[in-house]
Amino acid sequence: MAQVSLRKIVKAYEGGVQAVKGIDLEIADHEFVVLVGPSGCGKSTTLRMIAGLEEITGGEIAIGGTVVNDIPPRDRDIAMVFQNYALYPHMSVYENMAFGLTLRKFPKAEIDKRVKEAARILDITPLLERKPKALSGGQRQRVAMGRAIVRDPKVFLFDEPLSNLDAKLRVQMRTEIKKVHQTVRTTTVYVTHDQVEAMTLADRVVVMNHGIIEQVGPPQELYHHPATKFVAGFIGSPAMNFLPARLEESSGGLNVVIAGGASLPVPPARVDRYRSYAGKQVLFGIRPEHLTDDKTTDKHNLEPLSLTPEVIEPMGMETLAHFKLEGTEISARLDPSTPAEVGKPLALLAHMGQMHLIDPATDKVI
Amino acid sequence: MAADGSLAMNGGTGMRSGRANSMQRFARRRSTIAFVMTLPLLAIIVGLVAYPAAYAIYLSTLNRRMTEFAGTLNFELLFESDTFWAVAFQSCFFAITAVLLKALLGFWLAHMLHHIPDKGQRKWRGMLLVPWVIPPALSTLGWWWMFDPSYSSINWLLAIVSVPEVPWLGHHWWARIAIIMVNVWIGAPFFMIMYLAALKSVPEQLYEAAAIDGASSWQRLRYVTLPMMANIISITVLFSLIVTFANYDIVRVLTNGGPRDLTHVFASYAFQVGILSGNIPRGAAVSLFMFPILAICAFFVLRSVTRRNKEQM
Repeated sequence: MAQVSLRKIVKAYEGGVQAVKGIDLEIADHEFVVLVGPSGCGKSTTLRMIAGLEEITGGEIAIGGTVVNDIPPRDRDIAMVFQNYALYPHMSVYENMAFGLTLRKFPKAEIDKRVKEAARILDITPLLERKPKALSGGQRQRVAMGRAIVRDPKVFLFDEPLSNLDAKLRVQMRTEIKKVHQTVRTTTVYVTHDQVEAMTLADRVVVMNHGIIEQVGPPQELYHHPATKFVAGFIGSPAMNFLPARLEESSGGLNVVIAGGASLPVPPARVDRYRSYAGKQVLFGIRPEHLTDDKTTDKHNLEPLSLTPEVIEPMGMETLAHFKLEGTEISARLDPSTPAEVGKPLALLAHMGQMHLIDPATDKVI
Repeated sequence: MAADGSLAMNGGTGMRSGRANSMQRFARRRSTIAFVMTLPLLAIIVGLVAYPAAYAIYLSTLNRRMTEFAGTLNFELLFESDTFWAVAFQSCFFAITAVLLKALLGFWLAHMLHHIPDKGQRKWRGMLLVPWVIPPALSTLGWWWMFDPSYSSINWLLAIVSVPEVPWLGHHWWARIAIIMVNVWIGAPFFMIMYLAALKSVPEQLYEAAAIDGASSWQRLRYVTLPMMANIISITVLFSLIVTFANYDIVRVLTNGGPRDLTHVFASYAFQVGILSGNIPRGAAVSLFMFPILAICAFFVLRSVTRRNKEQM
């Protein structure tokens, strides 16, 4: 068990392409941190540098207080779960899990105890004698996790471990991973491109883009207080709506005038924050769940907005409606009982207390 | 198929048997087509393999003049001849040593090549394949010249470092070594190219997983590379064993079996006895010895390959 420190980490490839551009990150003991971002954002490279599978071009990585830059993977006391499991096809499940311990010359009885305990935690005891070929995707994933657990390492590293599973199994294994972490409490760094996985698993989420960290924080904080346009758009599904808008002053307050001409008053509590942007172009961001037909009695900060749906998607527990406002696609989450019809104007409410204004020049949330 | 089955179930028994009949006819027709299409290949195998093999067995049971049936006489005479046992020993010694050396050298070359960046790799790969591409009879002639008692360039090189002259083809042990050297030189590139392909097909993540599991580079080779290559290694060894065991050209060109028939292998000895000495039944008997030895090897190798395929692929 240990903390992991990344200090000014840079990864540059031949030809000068920088995959990771100097990131800083402190991961506490027992913490579950998820690196999330689109493909090519440098999250996997970062993980592989922690593992020692990629050389570090610049900066320092420390595991448990020891700088590991020049320490080979096998001496870093880490365990990794790969996207395609990377099980040894010629070894049985038992041998796969025992391999790391055998190489480290653990006594046979200790190996046996650890493998059986891990198999029990992961519910794969009946599979121990099988070869990986005879396992399903989910079972292979469990074995890969078992191989990591038996080692009892300082840090677990997960590289998109659920990407090769079907949707149903993915949700199931997600819960499984969380359960395992609650049991063994090993410091974990988990890489995924799936923001739902990131939100559900993480103590803290690290959102990466183009080789830099956009924001670090607990899932709820990223959802409610995104720091940049990228984070605002990346976290949450369906994604946040962005509309070009103007901030206009009116009788002491501020109004957001969005494309199409609708004027939405800024909640009084936020007026001071936005004052300096009065008269300027901004980007108005609002999540689909904050653009609803919610019939709550508390009309505080709710502003009416009329839009005409182009597509209606009933999901059962909710209905998604998609609109087009002067060329910009926006969507809203409606109560399934709302009689929404394509082509018929719909009266909606914008939760102005939940909206975000973004400076188009810096892409930072104001 | 599944849709057909369920239809038949719904349609009652009469319809089911009708369906089944037409399905059977269809299957029969497909297999007939398949059989007809493989017929040319079967004809070639029968004409070039089965018929000569059967004919060799028949020949080996005749007397020297091929006038009457002699039973196992040819084999009995062979078993009593010292030369035959020397040939049997030399065949096995040559095949096993040469294949082993080719496998080791090929593996080492493949490993070296695998670690050269792609850009330079092609050039080296091409150059290292050259010995395999030259017709063996020709390159053996080149080696023969290098082993020549008077003009040996190898001896000339050895003389520079004050090593006494080696009677390459004059002494039977040196001659055996010379034959193995030439065979290894010609055959190692084949192993190299097969092993290189196998090395490239081992997923990189297995090495990464092993590195994290704590394997040193030797342990990665032992526990990941070799097991992952096991099938290619055994098939390549089997294939090479067959070809090397039945080798004829190198022995014929380099030593012609000498000195004192001590470098003969089964193929060259069979030719010597059957064609050059005119004892065709005895020659046929010699050549038949290769088959059971190779068949046993092939059986065990292919059985383990099949087992691994079932378990791992």
